[in-house]
Amino acid sequence: MTLRVLIALAFGSYLIGCQAEPPIGSTPQKTIPPDELQSGFEFLTTETQAQQADEFENPGYLWVDRGANLFDAKTNDEKSCSECHSDGLEGVSTSYPKYVSSAGRLLNIEGRINLCRTSQQNLPALEYESEDLLSLTAYLTNQSLGLPLKVEVTDHTRENFERGQSYFYTRRGQFNLSCEQCHVENWGQKLRGDTISQGHPNGFPTYRFEWQTLGSLHRRLSDCDEGVRAEPFALGSQEYIDLEFYLAVRANGLETEAPSIRR
Amino acid sequence: MPTIRLSVPDTAKKSEVIEIKAMIQHPMETGYRRGQKGEVIERDIIKFFECHYDDKLVFSSEFFPGIAANPFLTFYVRAEKTGELTFKWTDQMGQSWSDSASLKVT
Repeated sequence: MTLRVLIALAFGSYLIGCQAEPPIGSTPQKTIPPDELQSGFEFLTTETQAQQADEFENPGYLWVDRGANLFDAKTNDEKSCSECHSDGLEGVSTSYPKYVSSAGRLLNIEGRINLCRTSQQNLPALEYESEDLLSLTAYLTNQSLGLPLKVEVTDHTRENFERGQSYFYTRRGQFNLSCEQCHVENWGQKLRGDTISQGHPNGFPTYRFEWQTLGSLHRRLSDCDEGVRAEPFALGSQEYIDLEFYLAVRANGLETEAPSIRR
Repeated sequence: MPTIRLSVPDTAKKSEVIEIKAMIQHPMETGYRRGQKGEVIERDIIKFFECHYDDKLVFSSEFFPGIAANPFLTFYVRAEKTGELTFKWTDQMGQSWSDSASLKVT
């Protein structure tokens, strides 16, 4: 009898000892288990899901079309994107944000496009959230449609990951809410008329009904910050790139849906 | 030049009713919204859409501020003869954009 209790106790403490490892380089935090990851798609009505899936009805394809034209277009006799990337860029966006050695820092797709423009095409960088940059981003990410995100944390980007993670878990704004409080602890619950999603970046750039246009992930992050009455950072800022990186690692395995439709 | 997307079948049988889809990129700004400084955002909408099958008007539509951005229309046309379908959107200032698709009737 006593022996059985002892064995049970020993086994119990063994179980406690091998709880899931906390995310890289941090104190243990609440996270969503990998088998419970759900794209924002799952929180849409069936009508909106059908609209996203239909390549004609999905208005995001207006930007994909425009991006395809820009990809082939020559400006000032400089090389077009497609002259170098003649085989297309299928699957490329799934590993971004990523450390790019020629830039010496972490870049998201928007940053990578602008690096190509300034270093290869001798063209000025496009403004964040401009129609042209959104169109190119939509065109590139759409080439990975249906492919799972696979963003890696390397030695170069560990600090970015930690900063992004700390942003996610930090309470901010007059409402004093962290990203985690809604998107980890309360996903699936109602926030007024809306259902709180898990906050994944796999559908961006996305056509939001609220915006009546296509927008980047950073625009969405800025909206979230405004929502908790915090001062948003600039679109394309290092803070948002780090947060985008953390969100992408957190969503690894979810399929790319760009251009998705969201409320 | 806004992006226009058209969905017209390449071929159709004579007298067949075909589905046509047309979408144009446009903000359809209502004129009722205000900007961050409280200033009125000017109305900017498409007022009129028409579709000609060769020279015959087969579908037209008047738009109002309640129409969402990037208006998307689906309508039906009876295929009569091989020809050109022309789509034209005209905004409140009279500026217009058009695109066309050819239909082969067998």
